[in-house]
Amino acid sequence: MTALLAQAASTAGDAGVGEAVVFWILGPVALAAAIAMVLARNAVHSALFLVLTMLSLAVFYLMQQAPFLGFVQIIVYTGAVMMLFLFVLMLVGRDSSDSVVEVLRGQRVAAVLLGLAFALLLVAGVGRAAFAIPSAGLGVAASNGNLPGIGRLVFTDYLLPFELTSALLITAALGAIVLAFAQKKPKAKLGQRATVIARLRGEHARVSPLPGPGVYATANSVAVPALLPDGSIARESLSEIIEGHEVDEHPRPPADAHALTDGRRAEPESAGTEARTTGAATGGEEERA
Amino acid sequence: MNPAIDPVDGMTRTQQLLADDPLWLVVLKVVVLFAVGVVLTLFMINWERKVVARMQQRPGPNRVGPNGWLQSLADGLKLAFKEDIMPVLADKKVYFIAPVISTIPAFLAFSVIPFGGEVSIFGERTVLQLVDLPVGVLVVLACSSIGVYGIVLGGWASGSPYSLLGALRSAAQVISYEIALGLSVVAVVLYARSMSTADIVAAQGSGWYFYLLIPSFVVFVVAMVGETNRAPFDLPEAESELVGGFHTEYTSLKFALFFLAEYVNMVTVSAMATTLFLGGGRWPWPLSSFNDNGWLMFVAFLIKTLIFLFVFIWLRGTLPRFRYDQFMKLGWKVLVPVSLGWILVIFAIRAYRNSTGGESTAALLITIGIVILAILAVAFLLPDRGTPDQEVEVASDYPVPPLDLKVPSAPKRRRPVERRQPAGALTGKEEE
Repeated sequence: MTALLAQAASTAGDAGVGEAVVFWILGPVALAAAIAMVLARNAVHSALFLVLTMLSLAVFYLMQQAPFLGFVQIIVYTGAVMMLFLFVLMLVGRDSSDSVVEVLRGQRVAAVLLGLAFALLLVAGVGRAAFAIPSAGLGVAASNGNLPGIGRLVFTDYLLPFELTSALLITAALGAIVLAFAQKKPKAKLGQRATVIARLRGEHARVSPLPGPGVYATANSVAVPALLPDGSIARESLSEIIEGHEVDEHPRPPADAHALTDGRRAEPESAGTEARTTGAATGGEEERA
Repeated sequence: MNPAIDPVDGMTRTQQLLADDPLWLVVLKVVVLFAVGVVLTLFMINWERKVVARMQQRPGPNRVGPNGWLQSLADGLKLAFKEDIMPVLADKKVYFIAPVISTIPAFLAFSVIPFGGEVSIFGERTVLQLVDLPVGVLVVLACSSIGVYGIVLGGWASGSPYSLLGALRSAAQVISYEIALGLSVVAVVLYARSMSTADIVAAQGSGWYFYLLIPSFVVFVVAMVGETNRAPFDLPEAESELVGGFHTEYTSLKFALFFLAEYVNMVTVSAMATTLFLGGGRWPWPLSSFNDNGWLMFVAFLIKTLIFLFVFIWLRGTLPRFRYDQFMKLGWKVLVPVSLGWILVIFAIRAYRNSTGGESTAALLITIGIVILAILAVAFLLPDRGTPDQEVEVASDYPVPPLDLKVPSAPKRRRPVERRQPAGALTGKEEE
């Protein structure tokens, strides 16, 4: 690790002090965020620490004269991939923390062993790259500027891997779409016109929508039933949920749908007081029914 | 490749000037950029309220300051002194940091915008731009993609279902519209042969891209409205559905930061649209001589940006909000395919032009092949219209109007002359 840092610092030597300063500030930040990502209990916090690590890496790329790579790192990984992660994590729910129970037996031991092996592999590989292979330097690799250099390499020497990767990605995306839609029923979704026609054919319970609640000028309660054109009560206008609730407040006069009509009940005083009561959910249609 | 490039150290004139900036000039530019962002926000809020009010035939704010132009300043001060509420269910740290994450990238994106030409500030030759990176366009995209984190985290950390729904909508919205935004920029980059914002402005000397690259321009303008969460794409804060959306639980300065970020983002994308498609600070033909003066170019830049900002206000005053699925359909099934097809067309044109003056038959065949492929792709994308079945037998006894009912045009009504009021007492509108 120190050898790696020293190597980075020595390559930073010709670029100036600024790069070394940035490295020694952001290097620990990136490392600490990576460790915190593993240790954080909350999944969203974990994701945020990963974002911090990625941003630090992006700044490293910028400092190493690879501006394209740096900003693409921010746009693609931080902006799109991690945002998708967050999207899913938020859907899972904010209170779902990691459980400490080991679900798979021996998982932790295996994880530690594999992690160590992977670290060893990386150190060996990167160490070899750092010491055994002479570096060509930016003057050769990006003589024409960073952007044209990458463009030329991607579309000449690395064309086949590039295209293969894109084909793989497209296949994966298509596969995900197919898998996601395979769970749905193969029934075609009805359009607006088709729904209307189905209603008129009598395939629905009724042609029209259910009547709305009878909220009149005399009562602002949704428990007041609506009146049909002939003055009778429309039972379908009452919500089953409201009807099912027990109301244990002090008894109020029942909401009267006929308060404004010259109907059977003529009590303008009580209707006036009803207008200001809310939630008179005592189902006023029983005694009239 | 670029004629303006200096063979000695590979830097353009803009980059050389910026590299020579002394520290005090850089600090001055940073402070001025920040001030421009804040002042434009205050102006924009007031302007928006006044314009929307005019569109709705009411006066709008007209009490605080001359003609009401200090209203947003007063509102901002009031916001700062309001009680700061921390919801019980909030994730405290994330809740606190979210508005900051949302605001900083919004200002950061300003740094690559070329506001004008070459000027002399206190005897120092420089350009009205903070930095000119070779990937300047990507900086703006990166800043917008980081800024969304503020919205998403703020909505999540509030611990309220409305906020969470707003955050989810925002995440999906920005991911899908950023693709369209990025694809529309590709065409500009291909034409300008550079990703640096200053180079793109310089490349528009022969013609602005908004008419050379019309499809890209249209896609960019639509996507930038979606990217900034503005009406008619303001689904993350749809007040009729989600109370306030992602900032339902936010109060005081934190809410003010979100507000600031939204308006600064609007200014940023408008400035970006100006840079990419309207030739930055370039004056159009009859006033081309103004292009020699950097400050006059700044004026042109400001005017063009304000035009875009006015369009934002206009849209808000005119269009109803999209339904969410319509919005996603527009993004994925219209904007992205159109952008891809357009890029393909540009590739074809360029390949044809580059192939030794367009005489080689192989290049011509390849070009025609690409064009045919593009047309085929578009043809596949078009949904085939199903034939509507005409005969419908009504099974229910519910009284319905005949399905082939043609509503007759209303007969002309003669106004009863004797009921007409004496002139002056009523206008004709009230009579109807």
